[in-house]
Amino acid sequence: MSWIGRALPRLEDPSLLKGLGNYVSDHARGAMHAAFVRSTVAAGDILGIERPDEGLVFTGADLDGVGRITAVLHRPDYRAVGQPLLPVDRVVFPGQAVAVVVAADAAAAEDLAEQVFLDIEPVDPILDFDAALAPGARAVHPEAPENVLVEGRMETPGFAEAMAAAHAVVELDLRSGRQSAMPMEPRGGVASYDAATGRVTLVASVQMPHMLRTGIADVLGIPEADLRVVAPDVGGAFGQKMSLFPEYAVLVWLARRLRTRVAWIEDRRENFLASAHSRDQAFTVRGAFAADGELLALEADLRSNVGAYSCYPVTCGVEPLMAFGELPGPYRFAQYKARSRGVTTNTCMMAPYRGVARPMLTFTMERLMEKAALQLGLDAIDVRRRNLITSFPHRSPTGVVYDEGSYLEAMEAAVAHVDIPAFRARQARARGEGRHLGLGVSVFSERTGYGTPVFAQRMMGIVPGYETVDLAMDPSGNVEIRIGASPHGQGLKTSLAQIVSDEIGVTPDKVRVISGDTDATPYGWGTFASRSIVISGGATKLAAEATATKLRKIAAMLMEADEASVTLADGFARVPGTNKAMPIAELARAAYHQSRQLGMPAGIRETGFYDPAGTFSNACHICEVEVDIETGGVRITRFVVVEDAGVVINPMIVDGQIAGGVAQGIGNALLEELIYDEDGNLLTTSLADYLPPTAVEVPDLEIIHMVTISPESITKAKGVGEGGTIGAPAAVINAVADALAPFGVEMNVMPATPERIRAALRNAKVAADA
Amino acid sequence: MKPAAFAYLAPKTLADAVAMLDRVQDDGKVLAGGQSLVPAMNFRLARPGALVDLNGVAELAGVTGDSSRGISIGALTRHAAFHAPPFEGPLADLMAKVVRNIAHYPIRQRGTFGGSLSHADPASEWCLVAATLGATMHLSSTAGTRTVPAAEFFQGTFTTALAPNEILVRIDLPPLPAGWRSGFYEFSRRKGDFALAMALAVLRTEGGAIREARLGVGGVSDRPHRLDAVEAFLAGKAPDAATFAEAAEMARGAVRVTADIHASEAFRSDLLGTVVRRALAEAAA
Repeated sequence: MSWIGRALPRLEDPSLLKGLGNYVSDHARGAMHAAFVRSTVAAGDILGIERPDEGLVFTGADLDGVGRITAVLHRPDYRAVGQPLLPVDRVVFPGQAVAVVVAADAAAAEDLAEQVFLDIEPVDPILDFDAALAPGARAVHPEAPENVLVEGRMETPGFAEAMAAAHAVVELDLRSGRQSAMPMEPRGGVASYDAATGRVTLVASVQMPHMLRTGIADVLGIPEADLRVVAPDVGGAFGQKMSLFPEYAVLVWLARRLRTRVAWIEDRRENFLASAHSRDQAFTVRGAFAADGELLALEADLRSNVGAYSCYPVTCGVEPLMAFGELPGPYRFAQYKARSRGVTTNTCMMAPYRGVARPMLTFTMERLMEKAALQLGLDAIDVRRRNLITSFPHRSPTGVVYDEGSYLEAMEAAVAHVDIPAFRARQARARGEGRHLGLGVSVFSERTGYGTPVFAQRMMGIVPGYETVDLAMDPSGNVEIRIGASPHGQGLKTSLAQIVSDEIGVTPDKVRVISGDTDATPYGWGTFASRSIVISGGATKLAAEATATKLRKIAAMLMEADEASVTLADGFARVPGTNKAMPIAELARAAYHQSRQLGMPAGIRETGFYDPAGTFSNACHICEVEVDIETGGVRITRFVVVEDAGVVINPMIVDGQIAGGVAQGIGNALLEELIYDEDGNLLTTSLADYLPPTAVEVPDLEIIHMVTISPESITKAKGVGEGGTIGAPAAVINAVADALAPFGVEMNVMPATPERIRAALRNAKVAADA
Repeated sequence: MKPAAFAYLAPKTLADAVAMLDRVQDDGKVLAGGQSLVPAMNFRLARPGALVDLNGVAELAGVTGDSSRGISIGALTRHAAFHAPPFEGPLADLMAKVVRNIAHYPIRQRGTFGGSLSHADPASEWCLVAATLGATMHLSSTAGTRTVPAAEFFQGTFTTALAPNEILVRIDLPPLPAGWRSGFYEFSRRKGDFALAMALAVLRTEGGAIREARLGVGGVSDRPHRLDAVEAFLAGKAPDAATFAEAAEMARGAVRVTADIHASEAFRSDLLGTVVRRALAEAAA
């Protein structure tokens, strides 16, 4: 019986649930503590830094020979802006670290930090794209006089003609507020200097340990051999912990300078101020439709506020260029004209957050389908039916190739499951009672598991994508796999163990997965972009297949059987049809201890390497809400997900990914927003003001799986890490819009807060006591 | 997020507590449940030089009385004591219905009635209850004890009639005998969040008309407001939607609402009317 497909309890959970997890803070005991002195103004010139008479205080002036963090894109439209670890001349966002202090403990470090006075002459901050793009706007960085760090443009040859031939042009102006990935555990690191070797070990809450080692070594000008980066248990990351932040490089510099162990455990306020933000986009689109609802052409002007710097290594192109390239989503149309800009401002740097661009572009396409239906007098589901991709491989107007998916089938399954006519009847009855129910649909594609073939097209200076897995079986038959992926909550170790178990016939509890340690794992790209099950899983499968081949070879020799006839399952090698059987542990022992007799290289060690072009998952979300038109409050009453992620390795883990993603998507849709005031003060620096959904706001989910096999994934699994977050916002907002349809209001801004819903109703002259 | 250094004082009696607080005066702060004070200290928004921890002062906890006589609440009584009040009647119903809106279950196990009133957060449910019902506060210092009516106690955001050397020790709520019914409605972004607007209505209805009314709103400005004029308007009126809509309009006119990142003035004013109508409707149901 196959281990793949079983809802195996996560091998990671017992230690986490018993409080035996190993987090960065667990490494901080006894260390000296660093605290960063941060700018309280959004933009200004540093006139001076006053230090107290005593205490360890360092500024950018102390960082001799240290470089800037500079993310590179080889595009003519890209303006590279290097980020100093601690700036000496000017600050460009509020919360930017300007100095660092070190003291005996965290409280003493905060005391000392308070005694450092930053004399900064403020200048008027540029906070949003309108201000940044205004003619004559001050340049946030001299390197980018127009305040645009990256810009993509394209137009297909037949665009103008298609636009002109349209029966109707549907226009939308959509906004997404600024949001935080908000991992439960903020950032943090402990850098330890080892006097014996001169090396530094940085234990840090990160999702790309090898990349961090490369980045820090480059910035500090040291060989990578002098640095070991360890990602222990990580309490959530969601993309926020992919990038190299100045704080980590400063910690390593401090450990080397002071020849000691220095910890920095970020607090929530710092995390909101200065880690990384996301979303904050404005998309203006015009869709040209035929009378029957066919989408003929799409014009898009996409603006992303990428903040003060370009995140390393993936660059600030990650949002605007993905938006540009993947806006068509699951829809088939030929003509496309787009302009996408990454606009720099005096705000916290933008970095990937679960979904990257796709929550907004799905919101855009799904609002477009709804509005087109309204404008054309058609049913919105029918408009989607008319336009969804149904033949594969499909090539989008931007050149993206989609492998096999089930866009239409997933939507039909969701629509049938929900029973829309029954909902419409309930909705009509409720309206009669003054209650406002709504139903929203969202269909989307989720590009997952892509390696260097796709990343190389982005012209990044650093091209991520492949994964290597080193598998070893010890003489007692236990398996150890060392992976370059860096799981941090995904349950990947369990899923990989299931893959190994199916190939080599040992139970998953015999498979130990080692990750997140640059001294102990092959160079890899960590865990992000819904990649690990496809790429690391694929590499794991290849290593396990090679191992199985060797085990069968040994078994064939020891049992005097034909190699091809040997099966490996339940801890035994067997020859079906005979009574020949041997424990796999004995084969392993023979590999180490009888290698001469076997005439084979000793031991069992195999490496798998995988670097695929990627595969698209897809899903349809349907959400039902009740809107309180007097308060603007929204209650989600039902949420259905029909998800196609290919072969599901562990259904419990996949459902968990969907549930967590949908919860974050609900936050994006209704609750979460980072707000700067006009002076650039961040007003949302605690969880009293920044509001992720809680268990009360997230309904039980109804999840249905479909399985479309893609030739692009050797495990037949597709990534599923981001889909929930991608699809949920559009479904929720479409549901709110449906509930409010009788009032003729449009819902074009995320999050749809009670304030915004009431404002829309007030503008539509709906009184609070309607 | 580590507090600045402070001295920690742990009295066992009220007399010791007021003596300790008197010694530290402006530099001291009273610690009860700590659900607001400790986060403020971690943010270094509050930097008391000394904390006088009341948790060891047993005489400060507990509720006595009942709905017909009124109740007396020891300042250190935890919110959770009102999940199932130790008395019955309309006042018990009211307290039990309000308490479930205060933050979250774990916070209600620790936070105290007296702490909420002393902290005087504009969005505090207990402050609204105290203002609406006309509570009497008992304040102690080394100089003795004095009483202050709720109408004079709440003076603005985080500001009360408490002198730096005084401790709120007991709060009396007046009787709410049989025949009174309460309604409470709060709107917040998420369950347990600070109220963007809330209203407490208590009505005594007889023969198809409202005889007496208590009405207060909170979370809308710098302090809770008891709306005497609206109470007077309600007396003698039929408890119906038209009456309540008019009362809501009067309430909107009576309170100048404030704006924050979750609610503009226009939105909060809308909410104010809505919560008043809903609280009244519940009290009349």
